Amino acid sequence: MRRSWFALLAALALFSTGSADAQPAQETITLASTTSVDNSGLLAAILPEFTKATGITVHVLALGTGQALDTARRGDADIVLVHDPEAEKKFIDDGNGLSPKQIAWNDFIIVGPGEDPAHVAGGHDATAALIAIAKAPATFVSRGDRSGTNALELRLWKAIGIDPKSGAGSWYKDIGGGMGAALNAAAAMPGYTLSDRGTWLSFKNKGPLKIVIEGDPALTNRYDVIELNPITHGTAKLAAAHRLAIWLATKPGQDAIGAFRVGGETLFNPSADNPK
Amino acid sequence: MHDFATLADAFASRELWQIIGLSLRVSLSASAIATLVGLPLGAALAIWRFRGRGAIVVAANALLGLPPVVVGLVLYLLLSHSGPLGSLGLLFTPEAMIVAQTVLALPIVTALAHRAAEERWSEYGDALMDLGASRARAVPALIAMARAAMLTAALAGFGRTVSEVGAIIIVGGNIAAYTRTMTTAIVLETSKGNLPLALGLGMVLIGLSTMICASAFVAVGRSGRSPGGT
Repeated sequence: MRRSWFALLAALALFSTGSADAQPAQETITLASTTSVDNSGLLAAILPEFTKATGITVHVLALGTGQALDTARRGDADIVLVHDPEAEKKFIDDGNGLSPKQIAWNDFIIVGPGEDPAHVAGGHDATAALIAIAKAPATFVSRGDRSGTNALELRLWKAIGIDPKSGAGSWYKDIGGGMGAALNAAAAMPGYTLSDRGTWLSFKNKGPLKIVIEGDPALTNRYDVIELNPITHGTAKLAAAHRLAIWLATKPGQDAIGAFRVGGETLFNPSADNPK
Repeated sequence: MHDFATLADAFASRELWQIIGLSLRVSLSASAIATLVGLPLGAALAIWRFRGRGAIVVAANALLGLPPVVVGLVLYLLLSHSGPLGSLGLLFTPEAMIVAQTVLALPIVTALAHRAAEERWSEYGDALMDLGASRARAVPALIAMARAAMLTAALAGFGRTVSEVGAIIIVGGNIAAYTRTMTTAIVLETSKGNLPLALGLGMVLIGLSTMICASAFVAVGRSGRSPGGT
C-alpha cells in the first residue's frame, strides 16, 4: 500500500511535466495591458480574430498601466496597450518603447451613490465635481495603484489645488486596487469614484452607483499600443508584436474594436486614423 | 473568463473545465512534489542526528506562515527576464506556478511529517534498529507506520496549494486559457463585479478540494490503521 501510494504521487509529479505542453506549436507573444480593455471583454472578443489571421497566440496580462509598463520594462512582455500619456512618455523617453499609436478611445466618468451627497449629479465638469466632493466632504474611492485611471484622478486633484491625501483616513479612500475593486468598494461604502466607461458598462455589481459626471473633454480616455524599442528589448518577440500592433491599428483590428458591444453599447471607439 | 451570467453557463463551456484542469494540475503537482520530498525529509530529520538538524526543523516550522504573496514576488524577480533566472523563460507559465506552490507546501509537509516520524522513532526506533534495519531502511518504515499522520501532512500541503492565489497570480499572470486557475478566476470575477459567478466558482473549488481530501483519507484509512493506535 505504501508503495502504491508513492507511485501515485510520483505519477502526479510527472503529470506536471508530461501534460504541460499540450500547446500547439505556434508563436506566442505576451501583451501587457490594462484591466479596462481585458475585463470589459474587448481583448477576448477581438484577439481570436488576430490569432486566426496570423497564427500568433496572444497571452494577455491585465494590469494597471503603471504595472504593465514596468512589466515590459523588465522584459517580461513583448508589447503594451495602455492609457496614460504621461507614463507612456516616460517609458519611451527612457528608451523602452517606440512612439505610441492610438488605436481607440472612450471616456472616463465619475460615478457615485444615487442619493448624491455632494450634489454633483448631471454635471459635465469633472474638476468642479471633485471640488464639491472634497468640500462636502463625501466619500471618494481612489485606485491608488499607479494605473492610468489613478494617474488621471491625481492630475485632476492637482489641477484644482486640492491634496486629497489630506482626506486620507476620512473621506478619501485609497484602496490600492484595480478598477473592479474600486467600484466594488464605492458600491459598498457608498462613495464616488473615477472609472473608465468600458469597465463601468461591463461591471455587474453597481449597487447604488450611477453616472454623475460625463462628457468633460478632460475625461477623454485614449488607448495606445506601444511597440518595444529593439535596442533595449532585442530579446522580445518584436516581429510578432509588430504584426499585432499593425493589426490593431488597421482595418481588421479597427473593425473588430468598433464591432465590440456590451448590452448594445459600443465601449471603444476605433481611432487609429483619427486620433482624439 | 468570458462573461458568463451564471455558473450553469460557465459549466457548459470548455473554458471552465480547462480552468479546473489547470487548477488541479498545478496544485496536485506542487503538493505531490512537496510530499515526495517532505515525507522522507521529515522522517530523515527524526532518524539522523547531525549538525544543523535542529535548524532545519525550526526552519520548516517557522516557514509554516510563509506569506504566498512574498514567495510570488521573490520568484517573480528571480524569473523575470531581467532577473538571474530569466533565461529559463518560466515567468507567466504553469511551471512557475508549480514552483511557487511547491515552495509554499514543502515546509508544511516536512514539519508535519517530522512531528509524526519523531513520535514513532522514539517509540520504535530501537526496536527497528535491533531488527537489523539500517537508518535508510527506517525512513520508509517510519512513513508506513505513521501512515495516517503522513497523509494528513500531504493533505495539508494540498490544502495550502489548492486554495492559494497570492503567489500564482504574480508568477502566473492570470492569463486566460493558459495560467488562469480557479482561485485567480475568482479574483477576476470579483473584480468584474460578477459576485454570483465568483461565489459559484468558490463553491466548485471547495467541492473539488473536499472530494480529493476525503477520497485520499478513505483510501489510506482502508489500508488499515497505523500500528500504535493513533
